[in-house]
Amino acid sequence: MSTATTNAPQKRSFTAAASVYVNERTSLAGFVKELGRKAFPDHWSFLLGEVALFSFVVVLISGTFLTFFFQASMVEVHYDGSYVPLKGVEMSVAMASTLDISFDIRGGLFVRQMHHWAALLFVAAIGLHMLRIFFTGAFRKPREFNWLIGFVLFVLAMAEGFTGYSLPDDLLSGNGLAIINGMVKGLPLIGTWTSFLLFGGEFPGTAIVGRLYTLHILLLPALVVALIAIHLVFVVVHKHTQYAGPGKTQQNAVGPPILPIYAAKAGGFFFIIFGVLALIASLFTINPIWNYGPYDPSPVSAGTQPDWYIGFADGALRLIPPGWEFVWLDRTWSFNILVPLIAIGIFLVLVAAYPFIEAWIKGDKREHHIADRPRNAPTRTAIGAAGVTFYAGLWAAASSDILATHFSLTMEGVIHALQFVVIVGPFIAYFVTKRVCLALQKKDREIVLHGYESGRIVKLPGGEFIEVHQPLDEYDRWRLVSFESYAPLMIRPNARGRITPAQHVRAALSRWFFEDRIAPVSRGELEASHHDEHH
Amino acid sequence: MAQDDTSGADLVAADSSHAAPAASPGTAVIAADAFENPGFPPHRPRVTDENPERQKRAQRTVYTLFYLSILGSIWSIAAYMLFPIESNDVGMVRLNNMFFGLGAALALLAIGFGVVHWGKAVMTDVELVDERHPIGGSPETQAAAVQVFQDSDRESGFTRRTAIRNSLIGALLVFPIPALVLFRGFAPQDQLPVPLLSHTMWKKGTRLALDPSGVPIRAADVTIGSAFHVIPEGLQDLEHGKLEEKAKAAVLLMRLNPDELNEREDRKDWSYDGIVAYSKICTHVGCPVALYEQHTHHLLCPCHQSQFDVANHCEVIFGPAARALPQLPIAIDDEGYLVAQSDFTEPVGPSFWERH
Repeated sequence: MSTATTNAPQKRSFTAAASVYVNERTSLAGFVKELGRKAFPDHWSFLLGEVALFSFVVVLISGTFLTFFFQASMVEVHYDGSYVPLKGVEMSVAMASTLDISFDIRGGLFVRQMHHWAALLFVAAIGLHMLRIFFTGAFRKPREFNWLIGFVLFVLAMAEGFTGYSLPDDLLSGNGLAIINGMVKGLPLIGTWTSFLLFGGEFPGTAIVGRLYTLHILLLPALVVALIAIHLVFVVVHKHTQYAGPGKTQQNAVGPPILPIYAAKAGGFFFIIFGVLALIASLFTINPIWNYGPYDPSPVSAGTQPDWYIGFADGALRLIPPGWEFVWLDRTWSFNILVPLIAIGIFLVLVAAYPFIEAWIKGDKREHHIADRPRNAPTRTAIGAAGVTFYAGLWAAASSDILATHFSLTMEGVIHALQFVVIVGPFIAYFVTKRVCLALQKKDREIVLHGYESGRIVKLPGGEFIEVHQPLDEYDRWRLVSFESYAPLMIRPNARGRITPAQHVRAALSRWFFEDRIAPVSRGELEASHHDEHH
Repeated sequence: MAQDDTSGADLVAADSSHAAPAASPGTAVIAADAFENPGFPPHRPRVTDENPERQKRAQRTVYTLFYLSILGSIWSIAAYMLFPIESNDVGMVRLNNMFFGLGAALALLAIGFGVVHWGKAVMTDVELVDERHPIGGSPETQAAAVQVFQDSDRESGFTRRTAIRNSLIGALLVFPIPALVLFRGFAPQDQLPVPLLSHTMWKKGTRLALDPSGVPIRAADVTIGSAFHVIPEGLQDLEHGKLEEKAKAAVLLMRLNPDELNEREDRKDWSYDGIVAYSKICTHVGCPVALYEQHTHHLLCPCHQSQFDVANHCEVIFGPAARALPQLPIAIDDEGYLVAQSDFTEPVGPSFWERH
């Protein structure tokens, strides 16, 4: 790359020689020049996306190993492996090969457990990463598409998880599929045939594991890898967001260079994630299918739980009151299945569409590269808190029986309480969060105008005690004042002198979003407050 | 802080100069006397920058971690051999898993912490400033791209030649449909779902047998308060479709005190001396309703907590299920074994569209 500097008589270093050799065959120098010293903003919350990416790499590595041993066949065999309690038991080849991975291949159990733990971490990290993006407004222009891509990745990750969970064909995974079968059958018009085609005839059939395997190791991973690639290309194109701070503007990106510091930190972090997953896999059992036995439609044990990320859907099913199903037009309408599906569907669509809705309300066409502090967007933060409460209520409902037995409550009481949490809880969370945000904004103004409490108590000549307030320096002050507030939209007639219904809706939403506006302190206000204090 | 770029003062100036074709701020309030960005604060050196002793120590920590990683890898290989899986010994599986894994974890974590520490404490603490450019590129580039589309539209006549365009759109909409037809092959061509869902293996005279042994049940062996998991006799001898039949035919058999049993008028003869048989497949989404509470005569589905009252023809008393569990009419044969009077009189298991 530094071939231009060969006017110096010194010998070329090995690094230079090697990079020239490669470049003259690949033309990679332009790429390295462009990217190698890019500034990468730094913050602990930016690691959440990295956790997701790195745990996915671990999933790929461990999953590839498992494919060499797992056999996705539902042919019945009599188990003849090392695990004595199941010897001679009839089970599918899928289950038997999973037991072989666990009991007959050294290190097989380790890789299997690492695969499962890494998958759980993958979905969790995506969820937390999405919350970080949401609460800091990092989805705003120009990053709306990347929010959508990330959202699709979240859904794909859950699909990957569920298809993988179903592969061993043990009792729990079979029961999970039974539930899917029941839900699919509840769909109007297409349900019966969809289930029939999905399972290759009647449930459970002998086809589903092979089909899910194709999805699990071919179709879904290809989509995930492709979307992650696009996701990361966009991160490079947009450059990373950064938090407000002195010297940081909408027009710059400030941070350590990709080479070497960022590469060292991120590369090292990959090994830390890999290592933590290895540690967990070596010490903590997950999905001990040998305790559950092969799938059989008849037995089931109490207290069964899906993997955590399916919990919200399972919980939604549990919260429906009895009797939400009727026959109309000679057909069965299963609202006890449709209502949870529709509710979750609306929730997911709102999550996906949120950046576009907020952009429409604000009408702000500028690019935003400075991440918001959550308190400075009170309505958005409150909406996020409401969404989290809704999700958490559904999720907790998936463990309603365990909550009831562990805390000696009635099953009915837990369900009714969680119905309350899911329906009323979001409103409570919304109002509490919004008030907390506004209060924090007021506190910020207070600190900017009157300084922070120094802890130094002074006795005045008159006998009065006061605490001395220390003014902020300009750098600390900048962090508290460098945001913009938005005013509610004023409705104005358009060119034809009319006010469209869309304008009314937008104005109403804008009022809802921004009527409790707290503006950042301006220079004039700070000066005025100093004058007050001198009196 | 910034070593190779502008000072803070320049940045503030750059703020306004950059936004050449200013985009609308929408309803954002742009304060006239807002504070100005004070620029970067002075760079603060790290301990390792100022104290050579600490710098040396950090370097020692980094290479010690890397050597530790090598030890972890070697330990992992050794553990693979030291803890083989002896046949039929689950304890050895546990040890193999744990010691192999701990070695691998050490190898990975030591590399990770070593490299991160190298980056944070030893590498030169550079912070760079990149200028951002509008994502849309320059107005000229955007205009050129629009021009490309306009030229190609003019040259192809895509907007103008509507007959060609619309027929193409039509063909493109129709061509995937044959591929959809192929999906019919996902299920057997000679079967239809609704008749299959409407019938089970039970028929007149089929003996009720224990699950999973298949031993027939005598009415005399069913004591009051007991519950049996039941399959149709002969199920375990099926060559094909055993699980599919079981998924529909699984039954729970319970004996209640006849006084406590509140039977429907038209089903008076469906039970035998307080013995009742109900489908075990939940009418919600089809989990086995396997938990029987003897005192209350309630059945509980462990998946979504639907509860059914056996004393009242298994009607739903709580949870998301909407329909009572279907009842299997039973009687006894000449030898005193419990038998089915017929198949279920309605489809068992979860609801489906064509069910009525």
